[in-house]
Amino acid sequence: MNGFPWITALTLTPLIGAILLCGLEPHQNRLARGFALAFSLVSLGLAGILWANFDSSLGSLQFAERWSWVPTLGVEYFVAVDGLGLLMVMLSTIIVPMAILASWRIEERVPIYFALVLFLEAGLLGTFTALNFFHWFIYWELSLVPAFFLIKLWGGPNRSSAAIQFFVYTMVGSVAMLLAFLALAYATGTFDFGRLAELARSGELASALTAKFAGFGLSAQQWSLILFVSVFLGFAVKLPVIPFHTWLPSTYSEAPTGTTILLTGAMSKMGAYGLVRILMPIFPEPMGLLLTPLLWLAVVTVVFSACAAFAQRDLKRILAYSSINHLGYCVLGVLAAARLTDNQPYWIAEKAAALNGVFLQMFNHGLTASALFCFVSFLEGRSSGLRGIDDFGGLRKVAPVFCGLMGISVFASMGLPGLNGFVGEFLILKGAFSLAGWATALATIGLLVTAVFLLTLLQRVFNGPLNERWSKFKDLSVSERIIVLPATILMFAIGICPQIIIETINPTVLRIVSQLN
Amino acid sequence: MNWTINNLWLVPGLPLLAAGILAITRQPYRRFSAFLAIGSMAIAFLISAVAFVSTLGQSGPAGVWRAVKNFAWLQMGPSTVSLGWMLDPLTAVMLVMVTFVGMLIFIYSIGYMADDPNATRFFCFLALFAAAMLGLVISNSLLLLFICWELVGVASYLLIGFWYQKPSAAAAAKKAFITTRIGDIGFLLGMLWLYSETGTLLFYDNGNGCLEQSALAKVVAQTTGVGMVAATAISLLIFCGAIGKSGQVPLHVWLPDAMEGPTPVSALIHAATMVAAGVFLVARVYPLMEAQPPVAAASVRAAETLSPALSLSEREREKTILAAGHQEVAAKPMPHAATEIKGAGSGKEAHGDQTSATSISTALKVVTWIGTITAVFAACIAVAQTDIKRILAYSTVSQLGFMMMGLGAGGVAVGMFHLITHAFFKALLFLGAGSVIHGCGGEQDIRRMGGLKQFMPVTFATYAIGMMALAGVPLFFSGFWSKDEILHAASAWPASRWPFYLGLFGALLTAFYMTRQMCYVFGGGYRGQQNADAHTTAHSHTNKVSHSHHAAHAGSHEPHESPRVMTVPLRVLAAFAILLGFFGTPAWPWFHDYLTGHHSGFSVGRLFEGHTLLTMLISSVIVFFGIAVALLFYAPEPVRSPDESDPVESLRPGLYAVLRDKFYIDELYQISVIRLNAWFAWLCNWFDRRLWEGVVQAASHLVIGFAWLSRLFDELVINLGFDQGCRRIRKGGQTMAGLQKGQVQQYLSVIGIALTVLLLLLTWGFGR
Repeated sequence: MNGFPWITALTLTPLIGAILLCGLEPHQNRLARGFALAFSLVSLGLAGILWANFDSSLGSLQFAERWSWVPTLGVEYFVAVDGLGLLMVMLSTIIVPMAILASWRIEERVPIYFALVLFLEAGLLGTFTALNFFHWFIYWELSLVPAFFLIKLWGGPNRSSAAIQFFVYTMVGSVAMLLAFLALAYATGTFDFGRLAELARSGELASALTAKFAGFGLSAQQWSLILFVSVFLGFAVKLPVIPFHTWLPSTYSEAPTGTTILLTGAMSKMGAYGLVRILMPIFPEPMGLLLTPLLWLAVVTVVFSACAAFAQRDLKRILAYSSINHLGYCVLGVLAAARLTDNQPYWIAEKAAALNGVFLQMFNHGLTASALFCFVSFLEGRSSGLRGIDDFGGLRKVAPVFCGLMGISVFASMGLPGLNGFVGEFLILKGAFSLAGWATALATIGLLVTAVFLLTLLQRVFNGPLNERWSKFKDLSVSERIIVLPATILMFAIGICPQIIIETINPTVLRIVSQLN
Repeated sequence: MNWTINNLWLVPGLPLLAAGILAITRQPYRRFSAFLAIGSMAIAFLISAVAFVSTLGQSGPAGVWRAVKNFAWLQMGPSTVSLGWMLDPLTAVMLVMVTFVGMLIFIYSIGYMADDPNATRFFCFLALFAAAMLGLVISNSLLLLFICWELVGVASYLLIGFWYQKPSAAAAAKKAFITTRIGDIGFLLGMLWLYSETGTLLFYDNGNGCLEQSALAKVVAQTTGVGMVAATAISLLIFCGAIGKSGQVPLHVWLPDAMEGPTPVSALIHAATMVAAGVFLVARVYPLMEAQPPVAAASVRAAETLSPALSLSEREREKTILAAGHQEVAAKPMPHAATEIKGAGSGKEAHGDQTSATSISTALKVVTWIGTITAVFAACIAVAQTDIKRILAYSTVSQLGFMMMGLGAGGVAVGMFHLITHAFFKALLFLGAGSVIHGCGGEQDIRRMGGLKQFMPVTFATYAIGMMALAGVPLFFSGFWSKDEILHAASAWPASRWPFYLGLFGALLTAFYMTRQMCYVFGGGYRGQQNADAHTTAHSHTNKVSHSHHAAHAGSHEPHESPRVMTVPLRVLAAFAILLGFFGTPAWPWFHDYLTGHHSGFSVGRLFEGHTLLTMLISSVIVFFGIAVALLFYAPEPVRSPDESDPVESLRPGLYAVLRDKFYIDELYQISVIRLNAWFAWLCNWFDRRLWEGVVQAASHLVIGFAWLSRLFDELVINLGFDQGCRRIRKGGQTMAGLQKGQVQQYLSVIGIALTVLLLLLTWGFGR
């Protein structure tokens, strides 16, 4: 689009906002909030411009900017979006204003808080647009640092250990991934994702690995397996896939709720995004080889997290485990699509369905989980921080609108048809059923248990006789309704007419699928 | 015709729109909300009636006339996910039934919910419920059917838990949703499987639909790992959904608990919507249910040619087995045709039995057996219940079992006829029960009623009609004809005779418990006076039915007749409970002809063919016997005071207790499934928090310990060397400084300041 560096502008906007916020005086709270919201809305506007001008008939990369940076190391500044990147950019820019609004009540060190949120947004947008490992990794890590401080400085009573756990876990994953990419770059001389994928397809990657690492007594296949596992680890921690998940419940429950929204709404998508953008194209063969154990991991993630959610008593922990559960379906879909098959139209269609489902599920989960955490923050705000499932009861009587709107989000999370969650799950299951039938059948147990714990949540918090303690509980205020209304409208819109998203992502999906085989 | 099919979406669309508007309507507009909900249903009814009329006299090339309208919902490159709606006799008759019965229930609700503070929301949920059910009925895609199916589930959740402040209602709502969802998971898997095998979920799509020949040929050709034909496995998975929604054993437990909802909701769930959905689903996917692999079919054909009588429908049967569209129902239509076959070939009857038994698909056998077991099981429980609505609830479960039995043994028309007649008389009974409850000030225990005949004449008369229809009193009541047809089909079922015998037993029990209920409620004298004060107020309090006229009756506690807005729907339904039967008699099987596209016309002669008359006679005797035994026990007055034990209880206390406690199924689930789930959840949590977290903690301690060691190493070993090195550099630096006239110091100081600032920033950050 007439040469303007839209994507760089998009990533720079929150960065500039963050730097400006750093310059504010510590007591300029109102100004800081306004600033942060304004910058996040500008980003949303820019993302909207991208969405509107994106040529959805093509699955190719668009709005590309490419400059040589360190040519000797194969480092370039290369940003562009395709349907997948654009969808994630859109999601991030929708989630950040929600998170900022949900953090409105924070009173300590407000400018720094919002500066960190905008830093985080810059990291997110960079991660979803960068196509060269070098700066992609910088953004990836950049998003980690503000998240650490947000948890560490504004979190709940156990924030310190939660923050450290979060940092160390994700750091271990990142380091493993960094090493793997250094090895890849050493072997091939490039950091470019697209180039690496091409090399993998043509088989040159394998020969390059054999040539460079011949001295270690390992075959090319073994090398690619090792590298695959290292990169997978990085994404598996971020997603998370069980058993790399224990940082998540404590982090989500200790983080201030606005930050939890960012973590679950946008940051957890980085892992799923990485699986599709990086892991699948560069490591198709190791992925196919390890498919069965990985599918087991996906099934365990889905079922185990749902059951663990049922045992929780803290609303944020329940939703945290439910997040793991939902992203588990994404992992299932990606893995199913990664199965090595021939190029029959039947398989292509099933893989396309699974991947479309994965993208939709990522978007939907971001939306729904953010809305749910928003409602929890409203609850906390009214109950001076209480959020146990048994602390309330009968709230529907005093707060019918609250109950109704949160009920919609809960049912969306449960995958009720007509709301957004169903479409993604259905497409994932449809595609995955043909490609990995047994895993899909087992994973549907998760759907059942999800219904059990989410309905229990509704029952305990909103139904039954009113807990007298909350007889003065206020229903949603107008401003709170405005915060959750866009998300609610989107839930219905996507649930009824998913084509609005499918038409943008499907060409990308088809391109990815066609390159798989 | 074109107009009808193009605008058929309006039938579910209008109530849905009404629900949407009512969802954002504020509470005080109760008249508006009732008007909107009923108005949308009335228009939907008119459109349905037009659609129904347009299907009359039509016939298609495959025996059954059908119009479809499909559209792409998701376009994913070359592949699409399509949805669509259709109009065929099955749809048309369901549409008319649901809109009509639904509308009457809506009207009745004006009176019943007159004083509920949440009436606006109530009509919103009712409209949503009806819309979902209507959408389910018109859908021409298993996916759209599933979508509406789930919406039916959520609407029932909202309505059963409508009095959400009652913990039991909130629990019942959750139980209903989760129990049905267990079945839905099976349904979902079956759907995914079908999709993966046939590549489409449209039922009919010009020969490419999943219920049409080419697709069915594909699924019967596939065999699963355990040697089961894919078609059978898919059918059974889909049937799981029907088991859940239609309250079949073993997923029936939610249905009686669903009585926690307001009575109009119970009527809607039990008559027009929810439970009918499961039966309708089986009827809709019947071609799949009865599909069989061609090998078995060939052997059946070979065997059948031995019997000249059977060869008559051979060609059609071939189509049936390869599962063409809908004409299989035409091929082996109602039991009458089956009887013809048997009657003529009586010499070879045993042989015919054998071969036909193999021609029945496994899926249909399962459907028949599940239905039979449910029919008897629930009827037994109903005998010992004392809550007026729970008796009806178990009778619904039992009747649904009969419908499934009819579907399995006799075909679509047999099961569906009972579904339709049952919808009318069960709605009548529930609304009558609602009227009784309303009149007695919220009382639901039949032991505290009695003698209501004098107080509520209209309710009594209409309720009696409903009761006789349900019990199957001969000739003048619709239930007799539809149930007789099921028994007839069961008697001719080649696979086994047991469903017939058990069905007769179920019919006997039905007559017994319904007579018992009549005696308790309407016979004898009113027993509600004793300690009525405490009881009535407690009940109306918990039920939140704070009828304004209760206050007026507070002194007398005299039961009273309900207002006209409630009794008029009762009269209308009572009329239909009688009249409908005449559309499906053996002499004039109009309903079958309509559904199957056959034309057999009117002929009294058919009554005397085969076992027709004999079955009618047997079932009549059984019904009268049941009523007589019940009268023996319970007339003229079952108990004199509410605390007296039931006559049957005095006779067989042990048996009665088992039945009263519903065979302890709930308790069994409590200690098995629910306990297991909780235990597993606890295990997952424990694993997470203790075991895995422990491992992670240990690892992190290890890392920290290592870091500490390496710091020691750094300070004691490396730093020593580093300091020495620094000293050397400093010396060199001094030399350089001399040379460079102090510029290096300047540079260093700048770097130093920068480092200090950074350090300060970091400590400031960490310090908080």
